[in-house]
Amino acid sequence: MQKTGAQILVDSLLAEGVDTIFGYPGGVVLPIYDVLYDSELRHILTRHEQGAAHAADGYARASGKPGVCLATSGPGATNLVTGIANAYMDSIPMLAITGQVPTTLLGRDSFQEADITGITLPITKHNFLVKDTKDIARTVREALHIATSGRPGPVLIDMPKDVSTGMAEHLDPGPVQLPGYRFNHEPNPEQVARAVRAIEESERPVIYAGGGVVSGGAHGELLELTEMLLMPVATTMMGLGGFPGNHPLSVGMLGMHGSKYANYAVSECDLLIGIGVRFDDRVTSKLEEFAPGATIMHIDIDPAEIGKNMGVDIPVVGEVRLALRQIIDRLKPRVASRWRDKIGVWKKEHPLDFEANGQLKPQEVVREICNVTKSNARITTEVGQHQMFTAQYYTFTRPRTFISSGGLGTMGFGFPAAIGVQVACPDETVIDIAGDGSIQMNIQELATAVNYNLPVKIAILNNGFLGMVRQWQELFYNRRYSYTELDNPDFVKLAEAYGAVGMRVSKKSELRSALEETLAVNKPVVLDIPIEREENVYPMVAPGEPIHKMLG
Amino acid sequence: MLHTLAVLVENSPGVLARVAGLFSRRGYNIDSLAVGRTEDPEVSRMTIVVDGDDRVLEQVTKQLHKLVDVIKISDITADEYVDRELVLIKVNADHSQRVEVIQICDVFRARIVDLGRKTLTLECTGNHGKINALEETLRPYGIKELVRTGKIAMVRGTKNNTGYQDIGTKEEN
Ligand SMILES: Cc1ncc(C[n+]2csc(CCOP(=O)(O)OP(=O)(O)O)c2C)c(N)n1
Ligand SMILES: [Mg+2]
Repeated sequence: MQKTGAQILVDSLLAEGVDTIFGYPGGVVLPIYDVLYDSELRHILTRHEQGAAHAADGYARASGKPGVCLATSGPGATNLVTGIANAYMDSIPMLAITGQVPTTLLGRDSFQEADITGITLPITKHNFLVKDTKDIARTVREALHIATSGRPGPVLIDMPKDVSTGMAEHLDPGPVQLPGYRFNHEPNPEQVARAVRAIEESERPVIYAGGGVVSGGAHGELLELTEMLLMPVATTMMGLGGFPGNHPLSVGMLGMHGSKYANYAVSECDLLIGIGVRFDDRVTSKLEEFAPGATIMHIDIDPAEIGKNMGVDIPVVGEVRLALRQIIDRLKPRVASRWRDKIGVWKKEHPLDFEANGQLKPQEVVREICNVTKSNARITTEVGQHQMFTAQYYTFTRPRTFISSGGLGTMGFGFPAAIGVQVACPDETVIDIAGDGSIQMNIQELATAVNYNLPVKIAILNNGFLGMVRQWQELFYNRRYSYTELDNPDFVKLAEAYGAVGMRVSKKSELRSALEETLAVNKPVVLDIPIEREENVYPMVAPGEPIHKMLG
Repeated sequence: MLHTLAVLVENSPGVLARVAGLFSRRGYNIDSLAVGRTEDPEVSRMTIVVDGDDRVLEQVTKQLHKLVDVIKISDITADEYVDRELVLIKVNADHSQRVEVIQICDVFRARIVDLGRKTLTLECTGNHGKINALEETLRPYGIKELVRTGKIAMVRGTKNNTGYQDIGTKEEN
């Protein structure tokens, strides 16, 4: 039976296991929306394409399944770009589908034509321009395969309107055949043997675990390995939740705003075991003095990460879960107890701390959110100080519960992402810990949350500043607060205007009850929390300094 | 150091943009790039001459491998290989110089493919060094126009492309 391309697209998505997409309609995707009108594929209408992309991203981060978003050509497609780049930097499996002008009008600067495959070349794992209706089913299968396998990432399919309206037989495309797309599942046994030897010979090993542990589902293996050797585990921001933050061997986050004891441990270790990490500059700071005396081991699915930023002594290329399993199976348990004691002393001497005063401090707010949710909520963040306070003071114990824009640092990510998380996890508490600046970048999605009855909670850590930028101005630009003070709207009224619940914490003593009340409401809630205006995030590694030299 | 890479790619639209974009984005220097189809019409072959040390080359190779359209990459720098480049040169050659230019042509086994009243157009193939030498020799006469194809290369002997050492993901990285 012949079907339209649009029908084949939607049916293919369903056949590949996609049940929800986030999108926004427009001219050239009319044929696709016409199919969606009575399809069982659930479509969530956001209020901005960027919101759709971040929601798909949040959905993917929380569920581990690919997130799918849909937009029209031209401005619809370009509005996805930030969301695609965000997913690319954090290796999130995402499928972006864009409409395109008919093939007959391509390349003529037609109305709402944008070369979206060209634009997204450097921010997608791969992209496709479908030129023939017959190719749709195969393209969808290949795109989802590429997005979700190996090192995950976003893939874009551009669908010209005449390809959507054209007719073809919908045949099963058969197994994926991509001769140029290969990766190692199993690590090389010699690499594993060298890794085992290095671990057995080390006296001061430290694990440096990243987002690859979370996306590779290797948290169980990581815990097992750690407990065999009783060695400390530092995680990157993307790795939070990949190792239980309340575990005695956890030293929390490392890097620019990491804990002092994590940064000391890394600086003095003799073996650094990087797992699913990329030696990002926010972690390493001054590269030449990062783990200076250590043998560097790097376990990752992507061979291009090995040696990209940092010279590696012992690479192990393969799926992190399989690599860790093979290392565990060959390793004799051994305890570096002197080293463990030393870290215990650092933890006591340099705890993560802040000065409490009469004012409500952001750290206290995050700590209280953690208490009230018993460390068990799905937390998203925007970007700024509140994000770092969340990373520091919320204790994440499960993978996929901390959802934040790492590589791109996208303000406006947290709220639409929370919508995607709530769609993926309808029975869980989802909170966007937001800044007063960031929340205004995608505030329009309140309409989406209200429309679909998604009871996402937004806790605005309201300091009346673009706080993180202000902090840098305070520390490095002589307190010249150039364009960082914000004159904000009344967030309570704003929430109410959208049909959500708005609340404000006016006294420190009300915080707990306000949070409890917020969580008790089965509707989207905006909780405005005025906080100390000029609090800084510490510890902090100043730019260009080695990570053991921290301010604060 | 200059490295010569033989890169097999899917003959799909955009593949050249993907490869070229990767080089510029990551700051790698392309010395030359020549592309055309192979014995298999679905597959094109790029000969890319890259300037960089071993570390750069390792990154170039690994990043190229991540492109879905790239099937295979071989660094043939250390192999015995034949390489050729084609050049077309339009050089000043009025009456007084014409004989000399024709003599130079003979020495380099270049062919005259067109002649004007004051110029000669030459065609020459050879390896990189020979083409450079021809260019330098003709420069004093005044080169009006010059175009080079960039180098293409093939390993000597019966080994075919699939026999090359693949420096891709399967090797110990
Ligand atoms: C889209 C975008 N624009 C600009 C920035 C630069 N930036 C980083 S943090 C920040 C301030 C964020 O302010 P707010 O959301 O109020 O959070 P706070 O730091 O005050 O907690 C800015 C402007 C960014 N990360 N993303
Ligand atoms: Mg703020």
